[in-house]
Amino acid sequence: MEKVADIKDPVLVEEKNTDFEVRSLDAVCINQEEVPVPKWHLIKYMLLGVLFGIILVKSEVISWFRIQEMFRLQSIHMFGVIGSAVVVGMISVFLIKKFKVKTIYGEKVVLSDKKFNKGQIYGGLTFGFGWALTGACPGPLFAQIGSGATVIIVTLLSAIAGTWIYGRFREKLPH
Amino acid sequence: MSFIEWIKQPWPWYVAGPLIGLMVPTLLILGNRTFGISSSLRHACAACAPGDIAFFQYDWKKEAWNLLFVAGIIVGGFLAASFLSNGLPVNVNPKLVEEMSGYGITNYTGTVPTDIFNWPALLTARGLIMMVLGGFLVGFGTRYAGGCTSGHAIMGLSNLQWPSLVATVSFMAGGFIMANLVLPFILKL
Repeated sequence: MEKVADIKDPVLVEEKNTDFEVRSLDAVCINQEEVPVPKWHLIKYMLLGVLFGIILVKSEVISWFRIQEMFRLQSIHMFGVIGSAVVVGMISVFLIKKFKVKTIYGEKVVLSDKKFNKGQIYGGLTFGFGWALTGACPGPLFAQIGSGATVIIVTLLSAIAGTWIYGRFREKLPH
Repeated sequence: MSFIEWIKQPWPWYVAGPLIGLMVPTLLILGNRTFGISSSLRHACAACAPGDIAFFQYDWKKEAWNLLFVAGIIVGGFLAASFLSNGLPVNVNPKLVEEMSGYGITNYTGTVPTDIFNWPALLTARGLIMMVLGGFLVGFGTRYAGGCTSGHAIMGLSNLQWPSLVATVSFMAGGFIMANLVLPFILKL
């Protein structure tokens, strides 16, 4: 089996990883095609989003009540969804690495490592508080709006404001 | 049972979970995109109000796929709620129903409890805390943590990243604390 380091392009990842979060943790701008790809190809991501939105609604993971059940350990539902998603994701990533699966454009799949910083604890706890209040993580916020809960637009705008405030004060926050 | 009746039922976790997991390889193979949703909130900042904040100084148009993905989620949410739902209330644990009835929450048909998540409720302390402060904490916390349930719990763990495990445990810890220790007081407001 190939080592992880052989599959990634370490130079590419390291060189761009000058900021501890901007590049590696967010994967901003490291996942671009090197080959020219027509702009309209981006539509496939929207179609995939439509499918994902349907799955979120049909699985009830966007239900505020399901989130409350999860945090009260009253149901296996949410743990089952997240757990089985992780297992399928793990097997998929393993197979992609093992068989060096390429993208549809023939490029190698690049996965960057996440670096630890204390933000994952402080920010994680903060997000957890918000998750239990709103009953939604970012994906479900969009799906809830689509499903007709229009007031969640306010929650989404507030989440964008929260992201902005983080960006504004991130140098002063412990990481 | 007809096909339409069958598809309108809620999907069990062992169907939905693997489908969500398949988002990871699908995005990678379609064009080396890593699954993650909270980044879209950052791209929205970079596009609309970057100011002179270094964190928002990048070419957000290169991340347009992420914004298209979340736009798709809105459409998918609409389609599923309009055409693929049977309109029945979510079937949750009776213990939760009992607890929630004590706070006047009795309507289980929507994705959010419409008894407390509605436009007029924005003017109440309870509504303000749950919708506005709650949203703020989601946006601030996910970016501080460098990802959310999709980027850390699903994508990060799929790629065996231990910092993502730290983040996921923190998400859960925060949720347990809020739901069990603090939320009861907020719901009584």
